[in-house]
Amino acid sequence: MSHSSKSPWLIHYDASSCNGCDIEVLACLTPMYDVERFGIINTGNPKHADIFLVTGSVNDQNIKVVQQIYEQMREPKVVIACGVCACSGGIFKECYNTLGGVDMAIPVDVYAPGCAVRPEAIIDAVVKGLGILEQKRAALDAAKSKKKEA
Amino acid sequence: MFIPMLIFGLICAPILGCLLAGVDRKITARMQGRVGPSILQPYYDFRKLLGKDTGHTNRTESVYIFMYLLFVVIATVLFFLGGNFLLVVFVLTLGVLFFILAAYAPGSPYASIGANREILAVMAYEPMVLLVAAGLYLATGTFDVVAMTQASKPAIIMLPLLFLGFIYVLTIKLRKSPFDLSMSHHAHQELVRGMTTEMNGQTLAMVELAHWYESILYLGWVALFVIWKGWVGLIVALLVAALVYFLEILVDNNFARMKWQFALKSSWWLALILGLLNLGVILLLGLAL
Amino acid sequence: MSLIAFLVLFPLLAAALLLVLRDDKARSVVTYVSAALIAFAAILLAVTYLGAGVTYFNLPSDAADEAVSIIALLVDIALAVYIIAKSAKYRKWLPLVLALIQAPLVAVFELTKAGSIPVDFGFYIDNLSIIMALIIGIIGSGICVYAVGYMRDHAAHLKEGEKDRRPVFFALMFTFLSAMFLLVFANNLMWMFTAWEITTVCSFALIGYTRTEEAINNSFRQIWMNLIGGLAFAAAIVLIGMQQSVLELDKVINLGIGGGIMLLPIACLGLAACTKAAQSPFHSWLLGAMVAPTPTSALLHSSTMVKAGVFLLIKLAPCLGFNAPGIMIMIVGGFTFLMCSCMAISQSNAKRVLAYSTIANLGLITACAGVGTPAAIWAAIFLLIFHACAKSLLFLCVGTAEHHIGSRNIEDMDYLFERMPNLARFMLLGILVMFIAPFGMLVSKWAAFTSFIESGNLLLILFLAFGSAATFFFWAKWMGKLVTCCGNKQVIEGSIHKPEWVSIGLMAALASLCSVLFPIISKGVVVPYIGYVLASHSTGFYAQAIAAISADNLWLVAILALFTAVVMLGLPKAGSNDELDVYLAGANVDNDGRLFKNSFGQPMAYTQRNWYLEGFFGEARLDKPTVAISLAVFVFGIFAAMLIGGGF
Repeated sequence: MSHSSKSPWLIHYDASSCNGCDIEVLACLTPMYDVERFGIINTGNPKHADIFLVTGSVNDQNIKVVQQIYEQMREPKVVIACGVCACSGGIFKECYNTLGGVDMAIPVDVYAPGCAVRPEAIIDAVVKGLGILEQKRAALDAAKSKKKEA
Repeated sequence: MFIPMLIFGLICAPILGCLLAGVDRKITARMQGRVGPSILQPYYDFRKLLGKDTGHTNRTESVYIFMYLLFVVIATVLFFLGGNFLLVVFVLTLGVLFFILAAYAPGSPYASIGANREILAVMAYEPMVLLVAAGLYLATGTFDVVAMTQASKPAIIMLPLLFLGFIYVLTIKLRKSPFDLSMSHHAHQELVRGMTTEMNGQTLAMVELAHWYESILYLGWVALFVIWKGWVGLIVALLVAALVYFLEILVDNNFARMKWQFALKSSWWLALILGLLNLGVILLLGLAL
Repeated sequence: MSLIAFLVLFPLLAAALLLVLRDDKARSVVTYVSAALIAFAAILLAVTYLGAGVTYFNLPSDAADEAVSIIALLVDIALAVYIIAKSAKYRKWLPLVLALIQAPLVAVFELTKAGSIPVDFGFYIDNLSIIMALIIGIIGSGICVYAVGYMRDHAAHLKEGEKDRRPVFFALMFTFLSAMFLLVFANNLMWMFTAWEITTVCSFALIGYTRTEEAINNSFRQIWMNLIGGLAFAAAIVLIGMQQSVLELDKVINLGIGGGIMLLPIACLGLAACTKAAQSPFHSWLLGAMVAPTPTSALLHSSTMVKAGVFLLIKLAPCLGFNAPGIMIMIVGGFTFLMCSCMAISQSNAKRVLAYSTIANLGLITACAGVGTPAAIWAAIFLLIFHACAKSLLFLCVGTAEHHIGSRNIEDMDYLFERMPNLARFMLLGILVMFIAPFGMLVSKWAAFTSFIESGNLLLILFLAFGSAATFFFWAKWMGKLVTCCGNKQVIEGSIHKPEWVSIGLMAALASLCSVLFPIISKGVVVPYIGYVLASHSTGFYAQAIAAISADNLWLVAILALFTAVVMLGLPKAGSNDELDVYLAGANVDNDGRLFKNSFGQPMAYTQRNWYLEGFFGEARLDKPTVAISLAVFVFGIFAAMLIGGGF
C-alpha cells in the first residue's frame, strides 16, 4: 500500500442517473461514512483525479463528455461504474435513448451494482479500485524504466 | 545561527507546513463530526502527485510554477535567516505573481477566473501587509527580522490593531473561507479547482509544496508580532501562531464564502481604519519599544 | 563646455536637416547618425564628468552671454506669438490669455531687471544632470530611431489626401531633445525657462500632429495646463529676481533651504514642475497626449517633458521637506500616485493604462522629492531612471503591437505570446520591471516606502500602501492577457521593422542592465550626488544614512532580477498542445479554437475578459474628487507659502 492507494482523489460524473446513486455518492462524504478517512477527496476535476466514478447509463448526449473526462485524467486511473444503470444500463438498457452501461464509452475497472448503490458498496468498490490503481501504477513504472533502459 | 536557520527554512518549514495541513484537515473533520484523514495525508497526496503522469496544456505553465515555488522558498529562507521583512514580502509577491501567470497560461476559463480572483485577493491584502511592515518598523526601529526578534518587548503591545487586521487578511492569504475565492482546499470546491484547474501531477505537487512553505512563512509573520528576546518570547510566539492558525480553521469551517466585493471592501476599510489609528497613535505620541 | 554646446546645438542642426529632407531613405540615415552621435556625446559627457562632483561652465565671453539671453528672449516671444496665433485660429481663449500675461511679464523682467543681475555661471553639471543627459541622449534618441520604422507604417495608413508631415515630426522630436539638454544643463533660470517653454510648445505640436479634432482639443488642454506651469515658473523667476537679485538655479536652491521669503518662489517652481510632471489636477493633459503617434507618447513619458518636471523637483528637494511647499508637493504627489493607480484599473486602452501608470509613478517621484530626505531623494532618482527605461520599452512594444494587431486595447492582446512571441516577452519584461521586485522600480518603491516611514509621514505611507496594491492589480491582469496561450496561432511579427527591434532591444537591455547594476549605480552615481548636494547645505536634518537599502540587499535583489529577466526572455515556446486539452467541462469541440459544445449542441468559442471594477475605480467616480482635492492642496499650499514666507 503506497503512493496512489493512500490518496485516491475522485471525480464523480452523473451520466444520466436518476440522482439516486448521486445522493449515495455524496452520502459517502458525510460524517456517517466519511471517506476522507481514506484520503478520498471529491475533486470535481479530471486532471486531479485518480478515480472516475460514473453514475447512470451513457447516451448520445453524454458519451463524448464521459470519454473526454476519461481522456483528461492522468495515468494511472481507474473507472468505477456506480449503480446498475452505470454497470449495464439497468432498467433503461433497452430504451431507445440509451446506449447502455459506461463500458460502452470507456473501459470500466470496477462495477458496483445496486439501485440505488449503497454507500458501503461504493466504498467497497473504491477500495477494490485502489488495488487496480496500484497495479496500473506498477505497470506504468515498469514501462517507464523499460523506456529508460532502451 | 546561519546554517541551522537555513536548514530550518529550507527543510523543516515544508515538513512543518505539511504536518500543519494534515492537522488542519484533521481538526476540520473533527469540527464536522468526522474522523478525518491521517495527519500525514498531505504527504501521501504529495507523493502520489509526484508519481503521476503529468500533462501540460502548454510548455510555459511549468516554468511559471517552478518560479512560484522557487520564490516562495527564497522568501521563506530569507525570513528565517532574519533578512529584511519588506524584501521577504516583495519576493513572496513575485512568487504569487508567477502562480497567477501559471493559472492564466493555459487559457482555461476556470483557471483564468481563479487567477482574476487571486489578483483581486492580492490587491485586497497588500495594503494591510505593507502597513504591518510599517508598523513593525515603527515599533522595533528596524526591518531586519533578526533584529525584530531581539526586541525587549513584543511588538503587539504597540500594534494591537494592526495585529487584528493582519489576522483578518491572513484568511485571504491562506485562501480559506470566507475568502477562498481563487481556489479552495479539500472539501470546499467551486469552479472546478480555481487556479489549479489545469495543473496536475508534478506541477500540482510543486504547488502543494509551495503552499506548505507559504503557510509556515505566514505563521512566522504572526509570531513576529509576539516574539521578544529569550526563550519565553519564542515559546509564547509559537503558541500564539498555533492559536491563530486554529482560529483560521475555526473561521474556515464556520463561514460560507463571501463575494469578492466584500473581500476587497472589508479588507481595504479595515486596513485604512486600523492602520490610521494604530500608526497614527504611534507617530503622534512618538512611541517606541 | 563644448560637449554641452554640442548636445544642445547638434539636435537642432539635425532637426533643421530633417525639416528639409523629403526622402525617406535620407531621413532614416540622418536620424540614425544623429541619434548615435547624440547618444555617444551623452555617454562621453557622463564619462568625463561623472566623478567630478559639481562642474560649472560659462560661455566664453560676456558678449556671448548677452547674445544667448537675447536669443532666449526672442525665442520666448516667438513661442508666445505662436501660441497666440494658434489659439486665435482655433478660438481657444484660455491659452491665449495665459500667453498674453506670461510673455510681457518675462520680456519686461528681462529688459529691465535681469540685465543688472550678475550671473556667475550659465551652466552646471552634477550627477543628476548626467543621469538626465544619459536618459535623454540614449532613450530619447532610441525613440527617434524607433520612430523611423513606426512612422513609415503610420504614413502608409494615412487617408487619401492627407499630407505626409513626417519632416515636421522628426524635426520636432530632435528640437525636443535639444530643449531638454538645455533645460538639464542650464543654471541661468532665464535660459532654463526658455527651454521649459520650448518643450511645452514642442509637445503641443506633437500631440496635435494628426490634426484630428480630438488631437487638437487635447493639444490645447496640454498647452493651457502647461502655460499655468510656465506662468508659475515665470512668477518664481521674477519674485526671486526682484527680491534676491539672483538668477541662478544653484543659488536659488541654496537660498531656498533657508525658507522664509523664498517659500513662495519655491512653491511656484514646485507648481510649475508639477504641471509638467502631469500631477493631479493637471494629469489630464498627459492622458490626452495619448492620441499622438506612439513615439511621441514614448518620448513625452519616458525621457522628456514629464521628466523635466520631476528633474526640477529633485533639484529643489533640499529646499523641500516639512515646510509649506514641501508638504504641498508630497501630498499632491502621493495622492496622485494613489488615485491614478486606482483609475488605471478601470482602463482597457493599453496606452491609457501606461499613461495612468506614468502619472502615478511621477507622483511617487514627486512625493519623494517633497519629503526631501537623503533616502527619499535616492529613491526618487532611481524611480526616475527605471521609469524612463521601462516605460519607453512598454510604449514601443505597445506601439508595435498596435500596428500589427490593429488595436491598442488590452482585450485584443489575447494570445499575444503566440502571435508575437518576441514582442510579448519584451512587453512582459517591461511590465515586470515596472511593478515587481526584484526589478528596479519596485526596489525604488521599497526605498521610498522606507523613507516615508522614517520621516514618519502617515499619509504617504497610506497612499503608497494602497496605491501599490492597485498597481499590482492592473499590471498583473495585463500580464495575464499576454501569457495566455492556446497553441497554433499564426505568428504575425515578421513584418516589424528592424529599427523598431533595435530600439525595443535597447530599452529592454537598459531596463534589465539598470536593474542588475543597481548597486553599482547607487554607489557610484547616486550616493555621491546626494552626498555633495546635501553636504553643501549641511544641516542636522541631513545627517542620516543616504541609501535607503543596504548594499547586501541590493546585491541580492540584483541577482534575483538577472535570473528573472533571463527566465522571462527565455520562456519556452508555447508549443502545440499535443499533450493535454484544457478543461471545458468535458464539452470540448476544438482545443485550439477554445470551442465547446453549447446547450444548443453548437460549437461556441470561449473568451475571457479582464476585470475593470468600474464601480470601484471608474474614472467617472474618482476623477472629479481627485482634481478637486489636489487643486485644494495646491491653493492651500501656495497661500501657506505666501503667509508663512511673508513675501507679501
